[in-house]
Amino acid sequence: MKIINCPVNGARPLQEFAYGGPFRDMPDPATASDAEWGDYVFNRDGAPGVKREWWYHLASGVWFVAERDTLRDRFLKTYLYDAGDQAND
Amino acid sequence: MPLGLLRFAMSKKHPEPRMFREPDALKAAYDVVIIGAGGHGLACAYYLARDYGITNVAVLEQGYIGGGNTGRNTTIVRSNYLTPEGVRFYDESVRLYKDLSEDFDLNLFYSERGHFTFAHTDSALSTMRWRAEVNKHMGIESEVVDRDTIQQACPELDLDCGGHLPVMGALYHAPGAVARHDAVAWGYGRGADQRGVEIHQKTRVTDIRVEGGKVVGVETDKGFVRTGKVVSAVAGFTPRITEMVGLRTPITIQPLQACVTEPLKPWLDTILVSATLHVYVSQSSRGELVMGSALDPYELHSTRSTLDFTESLSGHLLDMFPFLSEIKVNRQWAGMADMTPDFAPVMGRTPIDGFYLDSGWGTWGFKATPVCGKTMSYTVANDREHELIEPFGLSRFENYRLVGEKGAASVGH
Repeated sequence: MKIINCPVNGARPLQEFAYGGPFRDMPDPATASDAEWGDYVFNRDGAPGVKREWWYHLASGVWFVAERDTLRDRFLKTYLYDAGDQAND
Repeated sequence: MPLGLLRFAMSKKHPEPRMFREPDALKAAYDVVIIGAGGHGLACAYYLARDYGITNVAVLEQGYIGGGNTGRNTTIVRSNYLTPEGVRFYDESVRLYKDLSEDFDLNLFYSERGHFTFAHTDSALSTMRWRAEVNKHMGIESEVVDRDTIQQACPELDLDCGGHLPVMGALYHAPGAVARHDAVAWGYGRGADQRGVEIHQKTRVTDIRVEGGKVVGVETDKGFVRTGKVVSAVAGFTPRITEMVGLRTPITIQPLQACVTEPLKPWLDTILVSATLHVYVSQSSRGELVMGSALDPYELHSTRSTLDFTESLSGHLLDMFPFLSEIKVNRQWAGMADMTPDFAPVMGRTPIDGFYLDSGWGTWGFKATPVCGKTMSYTVANDREHELIEPFGLSRFENYRLVGEKGAASVGH
């Protein structure tokens, strides 16, 4: 069974978590061009690598950030969101 | 024929010609390089050679022929999709599949079974009606049927699914079929090979060289080859290839798992699908139940299998067929599905001159193999999209013209 380290609840089984998509910066919708907005809405960095992602602990309602190797499915780091963080996309 | 087998016992050498030649080394240049020797790549090579006389073609494969998603799907062929674009495209594929065994002189075990997609809720039933009407309008055999019809076709089924998710009706698609998936790749591969195409297995593309917005060649682990045209038909490896040419796409990779049970006497002659229970099941010509479920819930570039998958799939299968509780799972595996936001493929030319994509095949690629070969070879030979794939261009995401194919497999409705 796969175990994820929730920053609030500690080590919990994967079944208690939901994937929330990649951690990304949103361009300002008021000033972004159609092309920039389309790129933000649809395009992704699909190649494997260490990515920063949103994860959610269903049982306790905690959203947090995980750094995960998407090639080997290893969670390298999990922590609560800090508004000063940089997006990786 | 059995007597003919004696030759294999008597002779030290293999007495039959091999399916494929093994070319020694890469040439310095090819007219077209196709990345990926799965069904799609080999079909493209086959039709390029057969229909357009383009035979100076190399198919480069990092593993072995048909070892990717071609050999990992649950072999279902059907065309009862939701959008007119999708229905038109997949129906051409079904039409091609029907003649393919004869075309190849190779038995694909193409077997029309009839395909039921269950509705367990009112909203699912209304989507089925919508699909059936679109299908009928496009001339496809497709209709909504009631519980009695389902029970007649499959008397073993518990229509109430243990009482918690009763089947209310189904979308029935008579031409729904299964086929031997690796034979499809072999047939296309042999046909292409006989016409002069070189298939290089265990040859990995490490980079694609682009100069002035135009493809000039590919770098491989066996050296550089010059070419002006590269077709990427690599399913779950697509993002790694598009990264080489600096192309951004919406494609993300999620594993799709499947499994088979031990062989049973033939009892299930239809294909049954329940999107709500996340089950699709058919019985292979060897007697195994071939089963799949939903996508794994997060991005992963791996073909690992999980116990979660077999547990949840078995649970749902037992809701439908309680009598299977003693049956063992024989094998399980996974493929890397290249998913798109609208469940439609990404095909055709790209902003890079000479770089063609046959991608975004997610959970619906096997059934499209012949038509992809046809349309991609047309696109490469004429440097212009075939009309059937015009709606599937990469530019649709820039132009906000998505396809919205909710008839795709493993997709909830």
